[in-house]
Amino acid sequence: MKVLVSIKRAIDYNVRIQIKPDGSGVVTDGVKHSINPFDEIALEQAIRWKESGDAEEVVAVTIGPEAAKEQLRSALAFGCDRAIHVVTDAPVQPLTAARLFKAIAEAEAPQIFLMGKQAIDDDANQTGQMTAALLDWAQATFASAVTLGNGSARVTREIDAGLETLEVDLPAVITVDLRLNEPRYLKLPDIMKAKKKTIDVRTLEELNVTPAPALEAVRTAPPPARQAGTMVESTDELVAKLKEKGLL
Amino acid sequence: MSEQQPERDVMEYDVVVVGAGPAGLAAAMRLKQKNAELNVCVLEKASEVGAHNLAGAVIETGPLDTLLPDWRDNPPSICIDAVADEFWMLDKERARKLPTPPQQNNHGNVIISIANFMSWLAPQAEALGVEIYPGFSAADPVYDETGAVKGVRTPDMGLDRAGQRKDSFTPGIEIHAPVTIFAEGCRGNCTKQLIKRFELNKDCDPQTYGIGLKELWKVPAGRVKPGLIQHTIGWPLDNATYGGSFIYHLDHDRIAIGFVVGLDYADPRFQPFEAFQQLKHHPKIKPLLEGGEIVSAGARALVEGGWQSLPRVEMPGAVIVGDGAGTLNVPKIKGIHTAMQSGMLAAEHVIATGKADGFDARLRSSDVAKELRKVRNIRPGFNKGKWAGLANAVWETAVAGASPWTLHNHADWRATQRLDQVAGPPPDQAQDYRPRDLPPRDRLASVYFAQTEHDEDQPVHLQILEPDICTSRCTAEYGNPCTRFCPANVYEMVENASGEAELKINAANCVHCKTCDIKDPYQIINWVTPEGGAGPNYYNL
Repeated sequence: MKVLVSIKRAIDYNVRIQIKPDGSGVVTDGVKHSINPFDEIALEQAIRWKESGDAEEVVAVTIGPEAAKEQLRSALAFGCDRAIHVVTDAPVQPLTAARLFKAIAEAEAPQIFLMGKQAIDDDANQTGQMTAALLDWAQATFASAVTLGNGSARVTREIDAGLETLEVDLPAVITVDLRLNEPRYLKLPDIMKAKKKTIDVRTLEELNVTPAPALEAVRTAPPPARQAGTMVESTDELVAKLKEKGLL
Repeated sequence: MSEQQPERDVMEYDVVVVGAGPAGLAAAMRLKQKNAELNVCVLEKASEVGAHNLAGAVIETGPLDTLLPDWRDNPPSICIDAVADEFWMLDKERARKLPTPPQQNNHGNVIISIANFMSWLAPQAEALGVEIYPGFSAADPVYDETGAVKGVRTPDMGLDRAGQRKDSFTPGIEIHAPVTIFAEGCRGNCTKQLIKRFELNKDCDPQTYGIGLKELWKVPAGRVKPGLIQHTIGWPLDNATYGGSFIYHLDHDRIAIGFVVGLDYADPRFQPFEAFQQLKHHPKIKPLLEGGEIVSAGARALVEGGWQSLPRVEMPGAVIVGDGAGTLNVPKIKGIHTAMQSGMLAAEHVIATGKADGFDARLRSSDVAKELRKVRNIRPGFNKGKWAGLANAVWETAVAGASPWTLHNHADWRATQRLDQVAGPPPDQAQDYRPRDLPPRDRLASVYFAQTEHDEDQPVHLQILEPDICTSRCTAEYGNPCTRFCPANVYEMVENASGEAELKINAANCVHCKTCDIKDPYQIINWVTPEGGAGPNYYNL
């Protein structure tokens, strides 16, 4: 089996996000970036399949600026066999990403295309679904467990009502949720070796995709600041305050 | 730990450098510039290069000009020419302008952010072929059968709080090299072990330290004068305590403000963090900040011992450079240029000789040593208080350090007085602290701006060697000063379930400043490296 895993370079989850003064977006310059955590879970799953012998080849793909090579190196250190970098400096919206992934998937012909369920920077949660639709493949989203069958996969999804299990025919797009696994620590020797591997570079032109932004971000604003609390001296005062605010 | 030592991978390099700060990266880059064939590996405990670096910082650019002659064509994004210097003496209400000490004349220097500077330098080092591995610290040095240093070991990852292996357990590896360059910065984890093992400090004075706290502010438009450099001494410190503040005006309405206190302060009730917050509320300073917001904040110990505290900087198989050795020039309040110079010297030494032997003599006959020797008596002159210190500084400056004597340094923790020895009210009353309203509210709010991060389920990296002392002797004798000198609120005295006092260690708050390791009056706090990648994440600080 061949597995394709998409990863996205996103602002690291530990970073305290700052809004640009003009409200046009968030500050990304000089800010730590890493692999979108959900994509890391997808990578871990693919590598586990490789270790168990279920997958013969795992290929990582990303779309983004030159700096995204850093994340592809991490994917190689995880244990991916190859890495493909679709280089673009333009912002990539979900539909553009899906069109590019379709082109890559048609060329690579994997049985499973694994993705994080969403990226923590835009929380769009669209790319996996769109890619499946464009490819006309089966899709299973929010996977918290995946069991491989013969030409199919059984996917457990965390939904509002509990756990739902689907069976999809392969090839399929599977997007993964938080509880699927806990990604491993990268080993220093693996990171060292990953530095020397080559990364396959593609352009939008080669893949015949023109970015067509369908969405326009109107404004980015920080959440309203929390009001400072007041200290009360006694329970009576507390009750009085609560009544005053109509909470009692 | 009951489990036996895991099998460790070994990687071989020509030179391994511990720490990707100014000294370490300068060393690594110089090595590759002089011999592109060398395999050079740099380990960095921060998650990214620069994320654990904290400094003022106004720098002299000499070493950078040597390392990268064309650097001004593509300068770091924070790089502002020094325009003017001001030196202020504060009392509680007023500020008096004094002549700027000649060492603090910054004409020709630039204001940078060291975190930003390092993240700018790292890709240039990589372009030279230096391999940098952020997220990997050096837990311990490793030694060959003759006892010489043969490299370092990275920490085991995936241990739980009790030290047991989790599913994610990944053993650390050993990295071996004929020469290891330790560039860990002030009070380095491996450096400390090496100084002890090889008795590198047996012929010098004890190292002395300060704690520096810093915040980066974005303030309303029109207040900032880019390139203005202001330093203050005096309030809220008493006359006996060494320290002062810096206020550097950056571009884009940003101000870097910081406060440094010598860790030889006497009163165990003193709280460096609170003193810094008071300083910000001085009538001279508050109007600059009011209405603005904090962008980033952090704290870091710095070396102040200078020439007479410089340990032997070589041992079989390894050398020590930068603040790890103690090359900071205190009267200049600058250590980045000397750190870089010492790193480059180490590189040139390794290229010339292929080994560590002889580096100590090379450093001591260098410009770095000359610079440190010249100002050697200024900082210890302040051991007798602010006025004696200033008078001595004037003398030492006039004779350019040619005094026939050398004043001595003493270990900072020994300066701490017991509660029954300190006279008078605690510093907040003695200095009549103001109610304060500028952020951060407290140390926890400040840690938020340091963006520090540690997995809670890992062994506590602040080891208390004799925990009984905390609740018995220390509470009575010193009132647990760790709960006050720590800028990140790591140490708390709490009551346990059976109603007894207990020291609680909030290790996840730690900003890796090392103050506790230095100032603890019983020397029973041992700071070790946590899992790689943990700790603060400073940007533009």
